[in-house]
Amino acid sequence: MFAPVYLDHNASTPADPAVVEAMLPYLSAHFGNASSRHEYGRAARRAVDEARSKVAAAVGAHPTEVIFTSGGSEANNLLIKGAAACLKPGVLAVSAIEHPCVLKPAEQLERRGWTLDRLAVDADGRIDASRFAVAMGRKPKIVSVMLANNETGVVQDLGLLAERARLTGAWFHTDAVQAVGKIVVDFRRLNAAGVHALTVSAHKIGGPKGAAALVLDKRIELEPLIAGGGHERGLRSGTENVAAIVGFGVACELAVQRRAALAQRLLKLRGELEHGLRGCGATLFGQAAERLPNTVYFAIPDVDGETLVGHLDRAGYAVASGAACSSANPEPSHVLRAMGVAPDLARGAVRVSLGYGNTAEQVAGFLSALQATVARLQGLTAMAV
Amino acid sequence: MAYSIKVLDHYENPRNVGSFGKEEEGVATGMVGAPACGDVMKLQIKVGKGGVIEDAKFKTYGCGSAIASSSLVTEWVKGKTIDQALDIKNTQIADELALPPVKIHCSILAEDAIKAAVADYKKKHSEQVSV
Amino acid sequence: MLKQPIYLDYSATTPVDVRVAEKMIPYLVEKFGNPASRSHAFGWEAEAAVEEAREEVARLVNADPKEIVWTSGATESNNLALKGAAQFLAGKGKHLVTVKTEHKAILDTCRELERQGFEVTYLDVRDDGLLDLEVFKAALRPDTIVVSVMFVNNEIGVIQPIAEIGDICRARGILFHVDAAQATGKVVIDLAALKVDLMSFSAHKTYGPKGIGALYVRRKPRVRLTAQMHGGGHERGFRSGTLATHQIVGMGEAYRLARLEMGAENERIRMLRDRLLKGLSDIDEVYVNGDLERRVPHNLNISFAYVEGESLLMAIKDLAVSSGSACTSASLEPSYVLRALGREDELAHSSIRFTLGRFTTEEEIDYAIKLLHDKIGRLRELSPLWEMVQEGVDLSTVQWAAH
Repeated sequence: MFAPVYLDHNASTPADPAVVEAMLPYLSAHFGNASSRHEYGRAARRAVDEARSKVAAAVGAHPTEVIFTSGGSEANNLLIKGAAACLKPGVLAVSAIEHPCVLKPAEQLERRGWTLDRLAVDADGRIDASRFAVAMGRKPKIVSVMLANNETGVVQDLGLLAERARLTGAWFHTDAVQAVGKIVVDFRRLNAAGVHALTVSAHKIGGPKGAAALVLDKRIELEPLIAGGGHERGLRSGTENVAAIVGFGVACELAVQRRAALAQRLLKLRGELEHGLRGCGATLFGQAAERLPNTVYFAIPDVDGETLVGHLDRAGYAVASGAACSSANPEPSHVLRAMGVAPDLARGAVRVSLGYGNTAEQVAGFLSALQATVARLQGLTAMAV
Repeated sequence: MAYSIKVLDHYENPRNVGSFGKEEEGVATGMVGAPACGDVMKLQIKVGKGGVIEDAKFKTYGCGSAIASSSLVTEWVKGKTIDQALDIKNTQIADELALPPVKIHCSILAEDAIKAAVADYKKKHSEQVSV
Repeated sequence: MLKQPIYLDYSATTPVDVRVAEKMIPYLVEKFGNPASRSHAFGWEAEAAVEEAREEVARLVNADPKEIVWTSGATESNNLALKGAAQFLAGKGKHLVTVKTEHKAILDTCRELERQGFEVTYLDVRDDGLLDLEVFKAALRPDTIVVSVMFVNNEIGVIQPIAEIGDICRARGILFHVDAAQATGKVVIDLAALKVDLMSFSAHKTYGPKGIGALYVRRKPRVRLTAQMHGGGHERGFRSGTLATHQIVGMGEAYRLARLEMGAENERIRMLRDRLLKGLSDIDEVYVNGDLERRVPHNLNISFAYVEGESLLMAIKDLAVSSGSACTSASLEPSYVLRALGREDELAHSSIRFTLGRFTTEEEIDYAIKLLHDKIGRLRELSPLWEMVQEGVDLSTVQWAAH
């Protein structure tokens, strides 16, 4: 029996052995509470500070701009709700393809008197530039556009969007959890273009679950989501998750070191994957757009996505039929809907997201398993007709 | 809190701890601070001929920096005239001990202790000083 | 040879028990799936581990696993409980009641609710640190919607009368939240018997990892909350965000061990605590803060009169202890908990919290006793206050030069 092959790195990644090794002492010998003033506490504080510097360095930010949170969802909630709490209700513009942890807080604000503008995307999942310009004309106070989409892997031209948003005086946030380690993410450069906040998460880049950061231009005033004790410059209270934060720091370091070579290798694998998929008659989503080197999102006409991933799992290949969080949801992906994909085709959507450990053999194996599965499923469909 | 080597030295080996006998000749006492604030310094000077401070002793209730600041001034005032002692400024104390900003008040308190001790001396010995 | 500094600060945090760490590691490395991934075995394996841990947490407090909601820690649980309940019940009333000695996670959240238009009563405690039930009853109003009282105080370890408060709240239809971060593994918690509606838990105070906690949300009668973190609808919509499997597994194992071992462990710790108290009681002018009987065996909070707190900590740097709670000890403010007990500032300043735990040894306690004897003596030699008291001066009559 072969170990199953993991091709769902956009959902989560294994922690790198170096990450785990760095974390373990902070569970045992250096277990102190970073707020304690004795040596156990100071050791923990030093570790948190060091990790903060590493995270900052990985995304081109200053350490004091890094606010640790328990995860990407919390960081996104903190920015959207926290910034809104310091403003009078107005227009809030978020892309229609955001992760639910941006969309849902935005919808919450809508209930509290904000006007929610869902920014449209084109058929390839890119923000529609002319409609974006129109939306900016409505003078939003907060704009949130993800850097790379978790389902399609499509990368937005944030520099350009931020330049346009800047004239409105809006706070511009980007969820970059899927982008870090795969493409260059440089907060200083983005900040200069008008991006004010950015979310990065550990478990998407070979770090542990339970640690993430909101990178924040200090001009943004935020109301904390979690009060009590005043940790993280008062923006996020609660005892620091030292071990996970340490792991996050190391993961960031590795992600930056490996990025260029990894991207090159994954691009090649992705090319092989896409070649094989076309051979199976697959439709590839977001094809014309710039995409993350690791992500392929496709559908095979008349093959149900849920069914396909179930068969692939039994064949030893772990892929997703949509974003992990909404996988239980039988509705077709809101991302594909926003791209104007027909519901029937959207229901066939399958996401393959490659990672550090994947090899050409695994991709080849996946393709033959897919071909066999599709042939069987299509045969079944044909018989049923 | 990271303490400087000099603070640690004065804290571990405070100089001139103690009190003079109440009736000793030329002794004056400055007591500054309040328990509720977390520091009380008692500085005693023993003034000899010509207003020269021959000896000094202290007791301090307070943090390490407060103890170090008062220990240091007992060394500094010895051999000075009372007027020279008044020239000791809190910034000199803070510099010498490399006090962090949150501990500057300790050096201010030590300066105040000198002033209080000298004032006490002048009050008790006004005629001698006026000469 | 003793490992130094000697850790006597188990209420700030605890090391992860090695048995807990061993269970966690596989969920970082090979079993790393996202528990929300429904399309493959990696996800199911992670989800199964999350559910097993949920059962363990529920079992320690005699609750139904469906009543356990994962959070990032007790601070988040407290925020979710208070804001979630108050916001959900805002139509019914605007008044909350809590206690002045609560953790900052409760007090700061209450301050925020006040800014949102709620009214909060902060009750005084008696000088033994316990809530007076008559005072409590008198504070309740027809528009009181939520009461929050901690089970065990983090600084002085006293155990509040949770059962009695629960009865009073239930009879009046008021939602009752309890911060139990310091209680798990130390006192028996039976949520089938206690009339508690919401209870906050932490893993890292009970030999589990940091970054994970839980909120108990009663199902019968059903308690409803306004979610504070939105997204993928995890945790039945109460709390969105990817579940940190390894941390959850760690909390489950830590709580399982607590359930199995707390009986024997607490007796051993009580013996050590009593040894410490006895060893210190021959020093003049030491005062125990908080009731000694209605208190967890792990805690001893003592004021050493006429020595200053920070210099005391410096003198006993071979002991890792805290003065005031960990979260506030960066500031020079005397502990607000001790002030609420009516301790004057000097005694509050010179208080030390010793909290013992699973790995505390008799040898460590004996070392601590000897060290304290030496250092308190030395600091009192340095203390002008001690000198004055020895000379018979009543310090309360002294006019201090303000500065």
